[in-house]
Amino acid sequence: MHYFLQRIRGFGWTDVLTQRQKLVWAVVALSAFCGVVLLAGFFAPYDFAAQDRDMPFAPPTAIHFVAGGGRLQVRPFVYGPRDSSPIPVGAAADSDQPYPLRWFVRGAPYKIAGVFTSRVHLFGVEKPARMFLMGSDGYGRDQFSRFLFGGQISLLAGLIAAIFSVSVGILAGGIAGYYGGWIDEILMRGAELFLALPWLYLLFAVRAALPLHISQWQVFLLLVSVMGLIGWTRPARLIRGVVLSAKERNFVLAARGMGASDAYLLRRHVLPQTYAVLLTQFTLLVPQYVLAEVTLTFLGLGVGEPMPSWGALLTSLQQYSVLSSYWWMFLPALLIIPFFVVFYAAADALQELHKTVPL
Amino acid sequence: MKYLARRLVHSVLLLFGISVFSFGILQLAPGDFFTPIRLNPQVSAHTVAALRSQYGLDKPFPIRYEHWLRSVFRGDFGISFAYGTPVAPLLAVRARNTLLLTGTALLVAWLLAISFGMWSAARRGKWGDRAGGIATSSLLTVPDLVLFLAMLLVAVRTGWFPTGGMMSAGFEDLSVGGKVKDLAAHLFLPALGLVLATLPPLVRHVRSAMIEVLEAPFVRAARAHGISERRVLLRYALPVAANPLLTLFGYSIAGMLSASLLVEVVLSWPGIGPFLVDAILAKDVYVVVGAVMLSSVFLVAGNLVADALLFATDPRIRMD
Repeated sequence: MHYFLQRIRGFGWTDVLTQRQKLVWAVVALSAFCGVVLLAGFFAPYDFAAQDRDMPFAPPTAIHFVAGGGRLQVRPFVYGPRDSSPIPVGAAADSDQPYPLRWFVRGAPYKIAGVFTSRVHLFGVEKPARMFLMGSDGYGRDQFSRFLFGGQISLLAGLIAAIFSVSVGILAGGIAGYYGGWIDEILMRGAELFLALPWLYLLFAVRAALPLHISQWQVFLLLVSVMGLIGWTRPARLIRGVVLSAKERNFVLAARGMGASDAYLLRRHVLPQTYAVLLTQFTLLVPQYVLAEVTLTFLGLGVGEPMPSWGALLTSLQQYSVLSSYWWMFLPALLIIPFFVVFYAAADALQELHKTVPL
Repeated sequence: MKYLARRLVHSVLLLFGISVFSFGILQLAPGDFFTPIRLNPQVSAHTVAALRSQYGLDKPFPIRYEHWLRSVFRGDFGISFAYGTPVAPLLAVRARNTLLLTGTALLVAWLLAISFGMWSAARRGKWGDRAGGIATSSLLTVPDLVLFLAMLLVAVRTGWFPTGGMMSAGFEDLSVGGKVKDLAAHLFLPALGLVLATLPPLVRHVRSAMIEVLEAPFVRAARAHGISERRVLLRYALPVAANPLLTLFGYSIAGMLSASLLVEVVLSWPGIGPFLVDAILAKDVYVVVGAVMLSSVFLVAGNLVADALLFATDPRIRMD
């Protein structure tokens, strides 16, 4: 038994197993994260654009478990308005009024995946009490709801841009690797040019070319496709390498000898060998593009108000007064970190599993 | 020498390509600097047209590109619409500041990366190495923007560091020592941000390059000869491991420039970054092109330096 274990270890199976476990955990966490973001309307107590002008920069609402008399409540509750907003000195205190936290309440309508309409929210409190888990912004909008809805935009940006990159990458890399010769030469020189550019500056230049005043969705789509197109080089180079070695494999040569066409060879034999690299690249690219969107929006060049995105949530941090007085405005910045952690963990595990070579 | 000459020609061609590319992209933009002015009822359409023709905006693309190229050789880099002066002197000040910041950060980051990466590689698998690995990978997952914002938050909340700018008021009156001190105080936070943002991948690469070399037979032979570990690491292993690192040095400049753009905006360092963002929002085309070109020049120059160093250290390249 011991001998066998040693043999297995010698083969590095234990390593593969742990990497696989790591991947499983990362994928589970990732799905949970994406699920919550996708169902933002359900998990968020308010609409992302709903304003409460009486409560700008409200701190996170305190959730109480113990009532005034020291009695433990079955149902956690929050106190009414006075609790979460500054009140003029000497004003009547009506804050002892507890508002219990309710589950599956009906509130503002929202759409799931842009199709199904619903009004049911996971939790909420009755008006006039407000439940700001992460505080509110300058317009009295719930930061928590905006964080969830913003995740939809940012994640979508990352996904679309990554799909763009990988598609162009597979096209360019596949053609360059498969046909070789001068096509290969031209494509790879072009890739070198792209790689030599300071991409953030380039993205800026491209953003400068876009009109500043078009509809938010157009800006979003243009921006995302440009981001995706700029990043084609890395996947293209990697895929070219895989295709280069794949087309010399014996079974590919055999199929070619049998008279298979180029299209058939690519589709049936060559491209399937690139899937591992593609998947890894995709997982690496998504967080990068999410970050690019966050950065651009932060600088005022991305998606604009009232569309929430993770970048838009951070823009208020450019104001000195916000940074110095309202610490909870920093919470979204901290909360996006776990997203990157799970994504990088998944990419890392994939990379180890497939032993793909990073650039 | 042929190798270096080829790299130089390659770089010049690359810069030319970038200039055509960025210039071309900006021409695709609908509207220009004078579009908002046209909306002003007090300015007649005639005036706007005159302004546009004065700045050559009514000419077709190749002619404008040629004009721009000429002005590059004159040392002007076109005219800034917003400032009404040549771009080059405007950019030069900002470029100096950016260079000061990125140069300092590059130096510190590489010194740290090499010493820490070697230390890690020499202690491979021990707790120090593992702790370092955990630290670098967690630092890697923190987005640059969040890192910089956190630093800004700390600076604002504690008041330990000056927030924003490069000099305090009354800088001119300080003594030389006072000036240096003041500059260093302002430089500290942005430079630290840049170093932290670029350090993790550098450390990882140095570590893995060193580990690879340390497993080579010649290192074992050197150890068997009783040569001290210090000497083995510094004199025998490091020069061999330097080869891939020099290439990485070139790439790290690109990363540094991208990160510096962000750090400059967040921590208000008066470099190219904030200047570029403003120019983009105002559609000040020549400033944008100038800033992109300048950063590309830094990048290409950095890559050339890396190539030259590679040429100097690796005899195999000289053989070609």
